[in-house]
Amino acid sequence: MLNQTAANVVGSQGQENHEQSHPRFLAHHFHSSEQQFDSGKLGMWLFLITEVMFFSGLFCAYAVYRSTHPEIFIYAHQFLDANLGATNTIVLLCSSLTMALAVRSAQTSQQKMLVVYLTLTLIFAAVFLSIKYVEYSHKWHAGLLWAGDFHPVAGHEHAHDGDGQDAGKTTVMPRDVGVFFSIYYALTGLHGIHILGGMGAIIWILIRAVRGDFNAEYYAPVDFVGLYWHLVDLIWIFLFPLLYLIH
Amino acid sequence: MSVLQMETESAAVNERPSAENYLNCSHGFWSWAATRDHKRIAIMYLISVLGAFLLGGIFAILIRMELWTPQRTIMDHDTYNHTFTLHGAVMTFLFIIPSIPAAWGNFVLPVMLGAKDVAFPKMNLASYYLWVGGALFLLAAIVLGGLDTGWTFYTPYSTTTNSSVITASIGVFILGFSSIFTGLNFIVTMHTMRPVWMTWFRMPLFLWSLYATSIIQVLATPVLGITLTLLVAERALGIGIFDPKLGGDPVLFQHFFWFYSHPAVYIMILPAMGIISEIISVFSRKPIFGYRFVAYSSIAIALLGFLVWGHHMFTSGQSRISAIVFSALTFSVSIPSGIKVFNWLATMYRGSIILTTPMCYALSFIFLFTIGGLTGLFLGALATDIHLHDTYFVVAHFHYVMMGGTLVSFIAGLFYWWPKMTGRMYSEFWGRLGCFGVFAAFNLTFFPQFILGARGMPRRYYNYPPEFQLYHQISTVGAFLLGASLFVAAFTLIHSLFRGRKAPANPWGAASLEWQTSSPPPLHNFESDPCAGDPYDLDSQIYDPDLSGYRFRVESERLHSTNDSAI
Repeated sequence: MLNQTAANVVGSQGQENHEQSHPRFLAHHFHSSEQQFDSGKLGMWLFLITEVMFFSGLFCAYAVYRSTHPEIFIYAHQFLDANLGATNTIVLLCSSLTMALAVRSAQTSQQKMLVVYLTLTLIFAAVFLSIKYVEYSHKWHAGLLWAGDFHPVAGHEHAHDGDGQDAGKTTVMPRDVGVFFSIYYALTGLHGIHILGGMGAIIWILIRAVRGDFNAEYYAPVDFVGLYWHLVDLIWIFLFPLLYLIH
Repeated sequence: MSVLQMETESAAVNERPSAENYLNCSHGFWSWAATRDHKRIAIMYLISVLGAFLLGGIFAILIRMELWTPQRTIMDHDTYNHTFTLHGAVMTFLFIIPSIPAAWGNFVLPVMLGAKDVAFPKMNLASYYLWVGGALFLLAAIVLGGLDTGWTFYTPYSTTTNSSVITASIGVFILGFSSIFTGLNFIVTMHTMRPVWMTWFRMPLFLWSLYATSIIQVLATPVLGITLTLLVAERALGIGIFDPKLGGDPVLFQHFFWFYSHPAVYIMILPAMGIISEIISVFSRKPIFGYRFVAYSSIAIALLGFLVWGHHMFTSGQSRISAIVFSALTFSVSIPSGIKVFNWLATMYRGSIILTTPMCYALSFIFLFTIGGLTGLFLGALATDIHLHDTYFVVAHFHYVMMGGTLVSFIAGLFYWWPKMTGRMYSEFWGRLGCFGVFAAFNLTFFPQFILGARGMPRRYYNYPPEFQLYHQISTVGAFLLGASLFVAAFTLIHSLFRGRKAPANPWGAASLEWQTSSPPPLHNFESDPCAGDPYDLDSQIYDPDLSGYRFRVESERLHSTNDSAI
C-alpha cells in the first residue's frame, strides 16, 4: 500500500461537510465543525490546567507556611469575616449555576434565556467583587496588610471573631503574622483578577449572544467561558475554607 | 514513457516552486506581520531567535574576553556580573526555550501531520508577539540599570540588588505565556488535526518529542509565572514570602524556580532529540531502531523531569533525605536518555550512512550530548556534587548538553529543513566545513572548563588564580573560533538564498509528509492530500536524477516486493 498508485488519501475526515453549505464560524483549516469544537474544547481544558498550575504555586506556599508556622494561621484567621466569606461562596455558586444554565440555553437555541442567564452571572460576579471590596477596605483601615506593610491598628483586632466565645480573650500576636496576609492577598487578589477576566469574557459572549451568534449548532464560546468560570468558582471553594475556616 | 515526456514532467515539478508558494503568495509588511500562516510565523520566529542568539553570543564573547587575564581585562566587575547574567537570560529565555519548538515545530508540525495549519493560528501569532513583548522587556532591563542576579533570580539577592529585576521578571513572565501558547497549540493540533490513517504510532518521532515538550510547557511554565509574580510583589510591596527578614523562606524560591527550570531544560533538549531521530534515520537509510522506545522515552523524560528539581539544591540546605531521593530520581532520567542514544547508534549500525551537513551535525550532537550526559552523573551523585557544584564543571556540563545538544540540533534542523523552507540547496562543502568548525571549536571552548571546574574554579567569578589562566585562554580562543564557525554556517545558508540551486520536493529521500509537498510548500501546505505511509519507510523513496531528488518508488522498482511490508 506504499506505492503511489495505491495511495491512501488523507481527506476522508472532510467528506461529510463538503456537500453542505460551509458553516458560518468554521475556520478554513478545519475539516468540520466537530473538529473545530473538539480542538477548542481540548485547548480550553489545557488552558485550565495551566491556571491550576498557576494557582498551585500559591497553594504550595500556603501549605509550606501553614505547616511551618501553624500559630500564625490560627491567630490571623480571626481577622477574616467568615460570614462575608460564606456569602461570597454562595454568590459564586449561584453564578456557576446561572452560567451552566446559560450554556444549556445556548445548546437549545434559547437566545432570550441565554442573555438573561449571562446577565445574571455578571451581576453575581459584581456582587462578589463588591463584597470583596468591603473586606479589603476594612483590612486596609485596620492596617492588616501584607508582611512589608503590616501595621495593625489597635482596637480592630477582635472585630471579626467568628464564634464570639473568644471575643474577650486577648491572645499574644505571634511573630510574622504579616506572612498570612501576604498569602491571603496573593490568593484572593489573583482570584479577584481572574473574576475580572471572567467578567470581561462574559461581556464579550453577552454581546455576541445579543447579536444572535449562538445556537444549537454553534455555542462553543459560551461553553468554553463557562468552563473557565466554573474553574474560578472552584478555586474559591478551596480558598474559603483554607483562609476563613481555620481551627 | 518517452524521455522527452519525462523531462517535461520533471521540469513541471521543478517549475512549481517558482509558481505560487507561501513565500510569494502575498507581499508587503502586513502580509507578514499579521499572517496566520504557521510557516511565516516560523520564519519570523527563526529570524528573531537567531537575533537573540547573536546578542547572547556577543555577551558570551565579552565574558570570554574578560577572562583572558586573571584580573581586569576589558570591563569592571559590575559590568561582568551584568554580562554573564544577560548572557544566561537571553540565551535561555529568548533563544533556547523557543528555538526548536517555535521555529522548527511551527514550520514542520502541521506539514508532518498533513494539516493546513495549527489548530489555533491566531494564538500562534499572539505567541510570537508575546515573545517580542517579553524580549523588549528583557532588553529594557539592560538599558534601565542592567541585571546582575544571574539568570536564576535567586532571592534574597534579587530582592535587594538595585538592578532592574522587576522589568526583567515581567519580560520572562510574558515569554512564559508565549511558550505556553505554543505548547498548548501543538498538543491540540496533534490530537485533533491528524489524518485518520495517522495513528499515534505512525507519527514521526519529532512530533512525539514536540508532544512531550508541550506537556512540560503547559504544566511547568505557569509555576514560573507565579514565582516571578511573587518575586515582583516581593520587590514592589515586600510580601515577605521569600524574605527572611519578614519571616519568609528564600529556599522556597529556589524550589519554585527549579520546579519550572529543571523541566525547562527538557523543553530545550527534547525537541532537539526529536530532530536527531529524524536525521539519523534518513541519512542512515534505515528505519529508526526501536520506534516505540524512542517515542515513549520522550514522554518518560518529560514526566521524570518533574521529579528531579532538587538536584539543583543539594548544597542549599534541603534535608538529607530529600537530597538522597532527588539524587536517585536524577539517575532515573538517564535511562530514557540512554535509550535514545543507543537507539540512534543501533539505527546507524549497518546503515548506508550519508554524511550530509545535517547528518554531520547529528553525529556531533550524539558525541557532545553523550559527554554532557555522562558528566551529569558526577553532578547527580551527592558526594561528588559537593566538590563540583557551582564550578566550571557545571558550566561545561550545561553547555555540552544545551549548546552541544540543543544548539547543534537546531542547526542540524536548519540545514535539514532549509531546502523545504526556502526552496534552495546550499553548498555541502561549506556546510560540512562549518559543522567541523563548530564541533572542534566547541570542544576547545568547553572541554578545558571541565578541568577548570574539577580543579576548583568557581563559576561566575571575575578574578581567578594565575594557574587557571592557560585553561581560560584556551577556552577563549575556542569561543572565537566557535563564533567564526557559526558565521561560516550562516554565510553558507545566506549564500544559498542567492546562488543556491532550486531544491527538489524531496532532496534527502525522507518519507515523512513534509517532503511530499513542493519546496517551498504552497500556502495551504499541500496541492493534493499527501499519501499515507510509514514515516520511516525509506525504501518507499527512490532517487530520480531527473528531479535531482527523491520520489515514490513504484511497485516494479521495489527490491523486496512485499505488499504488506512496513506499515
